[in-house]
Amino acid sequence: MNDSREKIIEVYDLVKRFGHFEANKHLTFDVYRGEIFGFLGANGAGKTTAMKILCGLSKPTSGSVKVAGVDVNRHPEAVKKRIGYMSQFFSLYNDLTVKENFRFYGGVYGLGKKEIQQRTRYFLDKLNMQGYESMLLRNIPLGWKQKLAFSVASIHRPDIIFLDEPTGGVDPITRRQFWEMIYEASENGTTVFVTTHYMDEAEYCERVSIMSEGEIKALGRPRELKDRYGVKNMNDVFLRIARNVE
Amino acid sequence: MWAFVKKEFLYIFRDYRTMIILFGMPLVQIMLFGFAITNDINNAHIAVLDNSKDVVTREITQKLLSSHYFILDRYLKSYQEIKPAFRRGEIKEVVVFQNDFAKKIKTEGKAHIQLILDASDPNTANILDAYTKGIINTYVFHNLLQGRKIPLHINVQNTMLYNQELKSVFMFVPGIITVILMLISAMMTSITIVREKELGTMEALLVSPVKPAIIIIGKVIPYVVLSFINLVIILLLSQFVFGMPIRGSAPLLLAESLLFLIMSLSLGILISTASKTQQQAMMLSMFVLMLPTILLSGFIFPIENMPLALRLLSDIMPGKWFIIIIKNIMLKGVGIAYFWKETLIILGMTIAFVVMSIKRFNIRLDE
Repeated sequence: MNDSREKIIEVYDLVKRFGHFEANKHLTFDVYRGEIFGFLGANGAGKTTAMKILCGLSKPTSGSVKVAGVDVNRHPEAVKKRIGYMSQFFSLYNDLTVKENFRFYGGVYGLGKKEIQQRTRYFLDKLNMQGYESMLLRNIPLGWKQKLAFSVASIHRPDIIFLDEPTGGVDPITRRQFWEMIYEASENGTTVFVTTHYMDEAEYCERVSIMSEGEIKALGRPRELKDRYGVKNMNDVFLRIARNVE
Repeated sequence: MWAFVKKEFLYIFRDYRTMIILFGMPLVQIMLFGFAITNDINNAHIAVLDNSKDVVTREITQKLLSSHYFILDRYLKSYQEIKPAFRRGEIKEVVVFQNDFAKKIKTEGKAHIQLILDASDPNTANILDAYTKGIINTYVFHNLLQGRKIPLHINVQNTMLYNQELKSVFMFVPGIITVILMLISAMMTSITIVREKELGTMEALLVSPVKPAIIIIGKVIPYVVLSFINLVIILLLSQFVFGMPIRGSAPLLLAESLLFLIMSLSLGILISTASKTQQQAMMLSMFVLMLPTILLSGFIFPIENMPLALRLLSDIMPGKWFIIIIKNIMLKGVGIAYFWKETLIILGMTIAFVVMSIKRFNIRLDE
């Protein structure tokens, strides 16, 4: 049923080896435009490695990776223009003001002065943060910072936003609000590729993949996975998969 | 890239601690070294034991005292008084004239002066010894040898070139310039780059379409500018406060400094690839750069007196070569023909550091 939708990430037989260690063993999966795709796995399962390859930071040993229709291996710079990235550290500068952070990242992505101003106003309006543009980021509460980080990561209207454990160390209410933002982006056609440790967040995703020992052990809608393993929540799905491995 | 430069400047100016380090440190250091930590000796207290009390001894004493180096603390009456005088610690030197001094010079053609020095501080003792001998030699040369051929005195006379007054500021300024340029450029760049790593912003930048080289260059440019301003401040200070001349070409001096700056920056980048936290970067810069530069570059201790192993080690200190260059330009006023080798060495080091940084950077990316 998803086949009608445009594929925005196509990974085929991706292998990444460090010496004798295989961090990614023959990964194959697709992500569709506008989808919220959860990329789950325990620490050391190979999530970060795969994500670095998708972002063009690291080269695969073999296999093909297409992001936004572009071969990452051959044209990493072209891919980089089409994606946004936000990590759990938020990637913002504490000693710059809200406006300056927007201006800086806008400059990094090559936006013009006018466009930066316009985008900044758009996001501040959306977040109800008018009047805070000259505040230093260090004085801004964590929840807002997180939303700002997400906004900054999408200042250049990327096709895909990669979120690397975006909600680490944040309370449940703030997390909830943050996910509302993610939904909104998805509704506007932005693909969201998110890694997380929180299994309740996995429930919010349209589809999830669960990695373990460098392989994708399960991939599908949260409900399908729960049915397949006969459990009530994603946490149990995750534990089942992890236990099978041991 | 312009965005980076602007952001970095904003960041520096907003962080008052960085500003203090950046501009306060050079000022404090140059003042400290120039005024407080000086090897020049003024007004050293001495005592005189004159067993002869004739015209010649009185004249020599007078000569010593009229140089501003010595202050007569007291006349001693006997050898027994020498030890207690030193013990009290006020006196650095005792000058002893033998008896019948003037008469012996006339009849035998020679007489003895004994210098007793407090060598608990060997540096001071050495310098006082040299000053005293110098003054006495001058006196002998001008007053006693006039018109006499016999006895033939071989007079060893030292001529101090380039720094006639042996001012230690002249020695320190090149060293300070070196240390400060090195420290600020290397430490500051390594810290700011590592800070981006710590903050996680480096990741975000690497994911952006901007090339890593541009990121680094953009980050480094503000420090080049600031270090350059610093350099000019130091040069102006040393010229107008301490009277240190620039005898050679100023543009050449600035160009060489720029080269050294870039060398330090690339070293800073290399350090940043090797450290995970700002603290680590700071420690690395301090111990790998600052201490060896101060100790081994000839800044304070002459390299010629070091054991072979340390001399070889000093050869890989970029500071050593730069100090030679600065001294050549500022004090001797010679041109590039005299230090192209040193310039090439620094250039080579720069290239080596850049290559090493790029290698390490790529490896790290792939981990």
